[in-house]
Amino acid sequence: MGRLKNIFATRWGIIGVGGLIGVLAALLQKLGNPGNMGICVACFERDIAGAIGIHRAAVVQYMRPEIIGFVLGSLVAAYIFKEFRPRTGSAPIVRFVLGVFAMIGSLVFLGCPWRAMLRLAAGDGNAIFALLGLIGGIWIGTLFLKGGYNLGRVQKTYASAGWLLPLTMLGFLILMLIFPHIEGQGKSGVLFYSLKGPGAMHAHLIISLAAGLAIGFIAQRSRFCTMGAFRDLILFRQVHLLSGVIALVACAFIVNLIVGQFHPGFARQPVAHTMQIWNFGGMVLSGLAFSLAGGCPGRQLFLAGEGDGDAAIFVLGMIVGAGFAHNFGLASSPKGVGPHGIAAVIIGLTVCLFIGFTMRKRIS
Amino acid sequence: MSIIVDAGGLSCPQPVLMTLDKIKEIQKGEIIVKVDTDTSKENVSRAAKSQGWEIADIQEKEGGYQITIKK
Repeated sequence: MGRLKNIFATRWGIIGVGGLIGVLAALLQKLGNPGNMGICVACFERDIAGAIGIHRAAVVQYMRPEIIGFVLGSLVAAYIFKEFRPRTGSAPIVRFVLGVFAMIGSLVFLGCPWRAMLRLAAGDGNAIFALLGLIGGIWIGTLFLKGGYNLGRVQKTYASAGWLLPLTMLGFLILMLIFPHIEGQGKSGVLFYSLKGPGAMHAHLIISLAAGLAIGFIAQRSRFCTMGAFRDLILFRQVHLLSGVIALVACAFIVNLIVGQFHPGFARQPVAHTMQIWNFGGMVLSGLAFSLAGGCPGRQLFLAGEGDGDAAIFVLGMIVGAGFAHNFGLASSPKGVGPHGIAAVIIGLTVCLFIGFTMRKRIS
Repeated sequence: MSIIVDAGGLSCPQPVLMTLDKIKEIQKGEIIVKVDTDTSKENVSRAAKSQGWEIADIQEKEGGYQITIKK
């Protein structure tokens, strides 16, 4: 068991996991998910926010089964390998706020780090600016970490507390089964559905859920994290997690080439804009927020699946953040940044810097 | 006498940062690092090995792990 237990955490394990995520993401796009969005944690959580009516942007409403699968797949892995450790209490309100701004930054760019990698692997040059921003944001985060920034210790808690986000996700899945999409209808029972736009593009429920479960399982085992990849490189000169991210890009690129999804260029890329300063700036904000919260949006879902209540709060912050992003005109569109997107990035960076500067204490 | 680094309840990269700080400080000797997740256990072990330290022992204790590293 011990050997089996650690296989995903080895160098080849993390490369295999990253590669498989890249393959599955490119295939999910082929099977119906939006352009260069086979998997986008931020976009999919935003679609979930739309499905439950937290925002009413008609083109981005769909209960994405991939997200549900990420949490439940991680939960299953954590239980099988005895790693389900219910814990919470490490500055939850701070994590919520960081989640809100991580989402806003992602929606100014139009993608989280996962989608930035997938956009790059599909030839979208705008993603280069986003990745530079992501690295810049994470670099700022590492300066805070070196200066003693931390959100304090967690406490062990009830197993049922660790179950709450997985149960919420299970509830979302049940809602989706009770109220499936009806052709031509924008609402089914309590759930909203998109009739056009990215929210209307999706692989079959079973395929999306299966892919999500598989990724949730292996990512929990391997600790795959797109933010940690760059953070560990900058902080410790370690390339362990980065090798998984590189494998993701490489494998998605190969599958994109094979199935005809590689279209190099900057203009007219799917669900993307060319305002490079804000592709960069949005991801500086996201990168910093993920860095201060200790994980990329995917990793937060996997942590929530293994009982981390603070990561669950971060996830809820991201979903609520999607509501702010669309209700307040902060999210970008292919035409460019939203009317208040730039102000939101500046406010978000200010809040993150406030958090970074004021929450520093050497732990004895 | 081992030096104890108590990183219990802290999430990564904190346990690794604390371990590396201690490694830098004492250069040689024995350190016991307390962590409470498998991820932290793996990360601390990987970081210690990268600094040329040896993982002498890992014990499961109080719902977490005690990692003994040596150089």
